[in-house]
Amino acid sequence: MIEVLAEKVNADPGLVRRGHYVSLDFLVGVGETDYIVAVREGRIVATNERRLPMDSVSFAIRAERDVWNEHWKPIPRRDRHDLFSMVAAGLATLDGDLLPFMQNLQYFKDVLAAPRTAIVEGK
Amino acid sequence: MPEFEPITGRYFTMTVADEAMRIYMEEAGSGVPLVCLHTAGSDGRQFRHLMCDPAITDHYRVIAFDMPWHGKSNPPVDYQNREYQLTTSLYKETVTAFCQAMELDNPVVMGCSMGGRIVLHLALEKPDEFRAVIALEGADRLEAYYDTEWLHRPDIHGGQISAAFVSGQVAPQSPDAYRHETLWHYMQGGPGIFKGDLYFYWIDGHFDDRSAQIDTSRCPVYLLSGEYDCSCTPERTEATASRIKGSKAIIMEGMGHFPMSENPALFRDHILPVLDEIRA
Repeated sequence: MIEVLAEKVNADPGLVRRGHYVSLDFLVGVGETDYIVAVREGRIVATNERRLPMDSVSFAIRAERDVWNEHWKPIPRRDRHDLFSMVAAGLATLDGDLLPFMQNLQYFKDVLAAPRTAIVEGK
Repeated sequence: MPEFEPITGRYFTMTVADEAMRIYMEEAGSGVPLVCLHTAGSDGRQFRHLMCDPAITDHYRVIAFDMPWHGKSNPPVDYQNREYQLTTSLYKETVTAFCQAMELDNPVVMGCSMGGRIVLHLALEKPDEFRAVIALEGADRLEAYYDTEWLHRPDIHGGQISAAFVSGQVAPQSPDAYRHETLWHYMQGGPGIFKGDLYFYWIDGHFDDRSAQIDTSRCPVYLLSGEYDCSCTPERTEATASRIKGSKAIIMEGMGHFPMSENPALFRDHILPVLDEIRA
């Protein structure tokens, strides 16, 4: 589902607008696989699997694959429906420089939940 | 003339901890007084749907007030030189002062989140002053899962981060319009107020060592919590109910942390039988 992140975010003008001041790279860990998501002025310009250990990012958000898969369902189960609820339940971790993350918290929550609409649309 | 809602709002001044506090309150209906306490970082607008429901207002005088520092109530004079922090004793005194100022006779008090915690303290300490207490999303023991320092600092917008912190506390099934109205209240809170409330909610309000002493034969206790609440979880609600003998716990499926404002229609299904039972 991470593959559709850029398409879904960039197609949502309200979400891109709210992320206007976001230009950074962050990491999404889906199980054992790390992806680096590059954001420029709210748009996702790249989503690539991390190649080198030295590829660095501002912050990292990690959860197991089954947790993300549940998170991306139209009506996720409790504790998997929201990033903070995943953290509260011990199902997700946050590391790195959290300041830009917190400054744009709802934007990043919505970016991470964006694949949900792809499922609704049957993609 | 427009079709007015039945809610009326007024201001008055009451004394809390030896200080004059200008308070804003709203009410609708007549009958048994039902005092409603809003969540941390929000205000009394959360209860507007109850005040517009004749099934409730035909039997209850529904009253909601904004806590000092919240909504349209003033902060104290000299607020600019203070850091707001809600303690258990200050919260109890505020609710008690309100009920006394309004000359309420044996009211029912219903609070949500931090309001749901304080009503349990009131049931323990003043069981004969309240006809019943209803704790929405309220437990006697909670565990913080985030650092509240993020909520009040100059390089983060306090309103937006407060709303973003609690956005996941609204159930995914709740109507979008009410989800975002609930979050709007958080965006409008004063600087540091949500953080100051959470001192009571996360830290100072624990009393699982005393909650078993609540006498529900003198003051009935109802606990209603949403399935998607990740702070006052269904498990913590049921643990609280197990300690308060005679209390009644209801887990509301498909509901989050703000039942009265995030999904009024679903909440109605749960709260009407409780209010009918209290009145019977």
